[in-house]
Amino acid sequence: MTLEAHDLTVRFGGVAALAGVSFTVAAGTVTSLIGPNGAGKTTAFNVITGFQRPTQGTVRHDGQPITGWRPHRIAARGLVRTFQKTSVFPGLSVRENVLTGLHLRGRVGVAAALLTRGRVRTEERRLEAEAERVIDFVGLGSRRAEAASGLSYGDQRLLELAVALAAQPRLLMLDEPASGMSASEKVTVAALIGRIREQGITVFLVEHDMRLVMGISDRVLVLNYGRLIADGDPAAVQRDPEVVRAYLGSGAHAHA
Amino acid sequence: MSRLALLLGLAVAATAPAWVWNPYHLHTLIMAGIFAVLALSLNLLLGYTGQLSLGHAAFFGIGAYATGLLTVKLEWSAWIGLLAAIVLPAVAGYVIGRLALKLRGAYFVLLTISFAGCVSLVSVNWMDLTNGPLGLPGVPPLEIALPGLPALSLRTKSAFYYVVLAAVALSYLVCLALIRSRVGRALVALRENETLAASVGIDGTHYLVLAAVVSAAMAGFGGGLYAHYTRFVSPEVFLFTYTVTMVIMVVAGGKGTLAGPIVGAVLFTVLPEALRAATSWQWQMLLYGILLVGVLFFMPEGIVPALRGLGPAARRRWSPS
Repeated sequence: MTLEAHDLTVRFGGVAALAGVSFTVAAGTVTSLIGPNGAGKTTAFNVITGFQRPTQGTVRHDGQPITGWRPHRIAARGLVRTFQKTSVFPGLSVRENVLTGLHLRGRVGVAAALLTRGRVRTEERRLEAEAERVIDFVGLGSRRAEAASGLSYGDQRLLELAVALAAQPRLLMLDEPASGMSASEKVTVAALIGRIREQGITVFLVEHDMRLVMGISDRVLVLNYGRLIADGDPAAVQRDPEVVRAYLGSGAHAHA
Repeated sequence: MSRLALLLGLAVAATAPAWVWNPYHLHTLIMAGIFAVLALSLNLLLGYTGQLSLGHAAFFGIGAYATGLLTVKLEWSAWIGLLAAIVLPAVAGYVIGRLALKLRGAYFVLLTISFAGCVSLVSVNWMDLTNGPLGLPGVPPLEIALPGLPALSLRTKSAFYYVVLAAVALSYLVCLALIRSRVGRALVALRENETLAASVGIDGTHYLVLAAVVSAAMAGFGGGLYAHYTRFVSPEVFLFTYTVTMVIMVVAGGKGTLAGPIVGAVLFTVLPEALRAATSWQWQMLLYGILLVGVLFFMPEGIVPALRGLGPAARRRWSPS
């Protein structure tokens, strides 16, 4: 058991973005969080990764409560996320983006940077080699020297993934990794997620593309109006009448 | 190309006292060097973390007063004074960095302006400590005293020129060492996308505090040198003009580059003096303004990035394809 959310609640004034949601994400799985727009998926991600404080509830990672920790500390535990809106370091090259993502794998501090040139050089060489590996892994090898802001949308999303992978996640949380991508780019992303999982990294993703979700997930969680309405394997969730209603409206079950 | 420029620049800088006969011109170069230290310092915050400190003269001034007070009132050694001119501003930088916490952009600017305002008021009004507007005359010159040898005074302009040159080199090397390590990448990450930086484990507050401490220490060092050079410290060191001059130097030279602040400092120290010699006072300020606007209009990224861009462009133009 790697991630446990218990009774997560986030209220904005009178509106509850999350209303007492509990779930777990098991180690080694691909787990998806789905639901209509405004269901609270991104809010759940924000709370888990420390970008937002829950009004109530707790988050545990491998048994350790991490509720209210600051994001960088949560990342250091191996919980790394991407963002729904494309988020890269725009002015830096692909290589520099990934090198920045490798921050947690370096050790050099100010004193070492100022006083030990040899140590810095050894570390830089090691990080550069690791950056090359990550860049090749996501397939951006031919773009390594280009500025992130000059990449196509699809490549920027791959770069985002590379930056997150550089941070050495144990649990990788992807917020709509395939949104806005072409059909062939989506196939690439699905294959990448499969290979990430093979490396022993747990994947937790928010995604709207049902074909993608059902194809790669071991488990699917469904949120609607801030409540968890279904939790199970993809086939079971697809048959769940409440899920069908949430997605197609209440009239739909008459035909189901 | 850039290596050649660097070597040429170093050769010119190292031999300057030999061929700059006019002491007034040498004075201008010393001031350019002190401003280069200040501009390098401001660039760490503005160029790399992307945060604009509009109170940078405060760190400069605290450095000048630190060594001024210790050497004049307590008659401590000038070198200990100079050390205090680094440490005290660093402490102030730490406080500012901690206070900033989540303040960024305009709020960070306001915080630093207010801080500089407070420190400036203290220097004018705490008469018992600072002599107020009268200032502290009689700051001793730097001198090198080795046991068994006669003390070597660094009182002359050409000797002090080399002190300042060494200070610029030291400041440059500190910036270079930081920027070329993961520390530098963390600073740049704050500028580029702080949210993403946090999600890959970079503690924004930690690195902003760090940049503020190093930057303040460096500005204070510049202030200490200024005090021992002019041998006088007064509340004038806190003038907003100093901060604005530093910002102009960094932005026009090329923020976020290592050579930019130095180029900017030399240009915008020498330029007003050259204009003063060439024209009347009114024309001097007007031409200064026009030149500054021209630089920013034609080279919005700054002089150094624009010159760097010329290299590849020229190569493309002359390549056979």
